[in-house]
Amino acid sequence: MYDQTNHLPALPGVGYKPQHYSDLVANPAPVGWLEIHAENYMGAGGRPIAQLKQLSGHFPISVHGVGLSIGGEDALDPDHLSRLKHLCDWLNPASFSEHLAWSTHESAFMNDLLPLPYTEVTLKRVCDHIDQLQDTIGRRMLLENPSSYLAFDDSTYAEPDFLSEVSKRTGCGLLLDVNNIFVSATNLNYSPYAYVDAFDLDKVGEIHLGGHDEDEDDHGAPLLIDSHGREVADPVWTLLDYVLERSGPLPTLIEWDTDVPEWPVLAEEARRADIALSKLNARAKVTA
Amino acid sequence: MSLTAFNDALLDPTADRPEGLSDSAGRPAGKRFDVYRNNVTVSLREALEAGFPATARLLGEQNFTAIATGYLRANPPSSPLMMLYGGGFPRYISNVPALAKLGYLRDVARLEYAMRQSYHAEDAPELAADKLAALAPEQLYNARLAFAPATQVVLTEWPIHAIRAKALGETAENPPGVAQPTLVTRPEFDPILTPLPAEQADLLAELMRNKTLAEASTMHPTADLGTLLGTLLATKALTDIKIEDKQ
Ligand SMILES: [Fe+2]
Repeated sequence: MYDQTNHLPALPGVGYKPQHYSDLVANPAPVGWLEIHAENYMGAGGRPIAQLKQLSGHFPISVHGVGLSIGGEDALDPDHLSRLKHLCDWLNPASFSEHLAWSTHESAFMNDLLPLPYTEVTLKRVCDHIDQLQDTIGRRMLLENPSSYLAFDDSTYAEPDFLSEVSKRTGCGLLLDVNNIFVSATNLNYSPYAYVDAFDLDKVGEIHLGGHDEDEDDHGAPLLIDSHGREVADPVWTLLDYVLERSGPLPTLIEWDTDVPEWPVLAEEARRADIALSKLNARAKVTA
Repeated sequence: MSLTAFNDALLDPTADRPEGLSDSAGRPAGKRFDVYRNNVTVSLREALEAGFPATARLLGEQNFTAIATGYLRANPPSSPLMMLYGGGFPRYISNVPALAKLGYLRDVARLEYAMRQSYHAEDAPELAADKLAALAPEQLYNARLAFAPATQVVLTEWPIHAIRAKALGETAENPPGVAQPTLVTRPEFDPILTPLPAEQADLLAELMRNKTLAEASTMHPTADLGTLLGTLLATKALTDIKIEDKQ
């Protein structure tokens, strides 16, 4: 088990976009930490690396990998493992996280987070991959729940049980994406609240929130798309309250990756997360 | 099920959707699978468009979409480092029969890829100006130049510097009727482009192959070495100058 001295604060965070650099450094409140996509900082040098070095002096940094393919059938790419280790070694981030998904198959990288069936076979493979990653970077990682558009007939585990078992076997923590819960629950027609009730909230080290788009499937049923291209939807904020009442305050990230807005719009989303977290602290004081 | 069927259907629009995928009522996933198809194709195409903005403008939206889609289906990324995706795109363009008459497209794309590599290249200390000034002509002539990792030269027969600038709306002027091999350097964080006369570019290419100044000038006697050296210093293309130890 890996002990971490460096932690993310239970405050709002945002996914870092270079166009927000000066705003963030000049007036960051209520943002208390930043998340970066690991793969964007794997060049040899230049502005991205220089900016990240600067930022790490101002904020705790969460490194979020989007390319390791932990849920894939291929062996993990040894070159990519060493790139992740190199980044974690020099940056010493407050957190490292990756996805319950795959993106590489037979050495071709699809640049998307793709789904896997939840079976004994995939459980073992995911655990082996996480062991290998944690041993390589020498840190505990957080594993994020995906957004789903379809179900695998082969699955024998419900997703919260699968994640809980991965955490138990590998010692990894979990990253709970509340928008992903809402998207998956809508698409696969179950209760997002029941999902939260079944989730191992003690293992959660970080929360994600993001916007989704609305579409329909072939039968006219709602099909939500996890686009990260707009404000967090109201029912997702409500679901966040439900999670936080049960988990206690957690580092809470706003993800906005496409059609990235001007800083004030993103800051407003972070303020909403701050209100959700502050409500909780106020209530904790009253009960104490 | 193996993920192979899932994977193979992502980039092949003619492939059947994989079996074993359903909605919550147990009906075949249908359009739900196409969400992944669409995500993969669009994200790779957008990465190419972001990496080759002038090439995309020169082709126009419809042509670019068709050509980029053809490329990404045949050549998906081989690593998760999207910053390097598209190295084979210039050559792919030059092999599209319908574009055979637009020879400059490939070289504009090569220039754009060189800029991307330069942007992410390793930082390096620049050559101290006094180091060059301190050399006797004889020493200088037998020296080799060490180039910054961000320095590149794109050789071409086309006026690619001007074609790129016009495509991006940076100038309204029409490209000149001369070749513009182009030097790419990164004095700080943003790559800058310097078009060179053809002989100077050929001379530079030899220097970048680690030839001495004497050897390179002998190969390209009409090139203006002094002007080229001035350009390399001014654009911070160099990290060092290595003097031969004569025994
Ligand atoms: Fe997320």
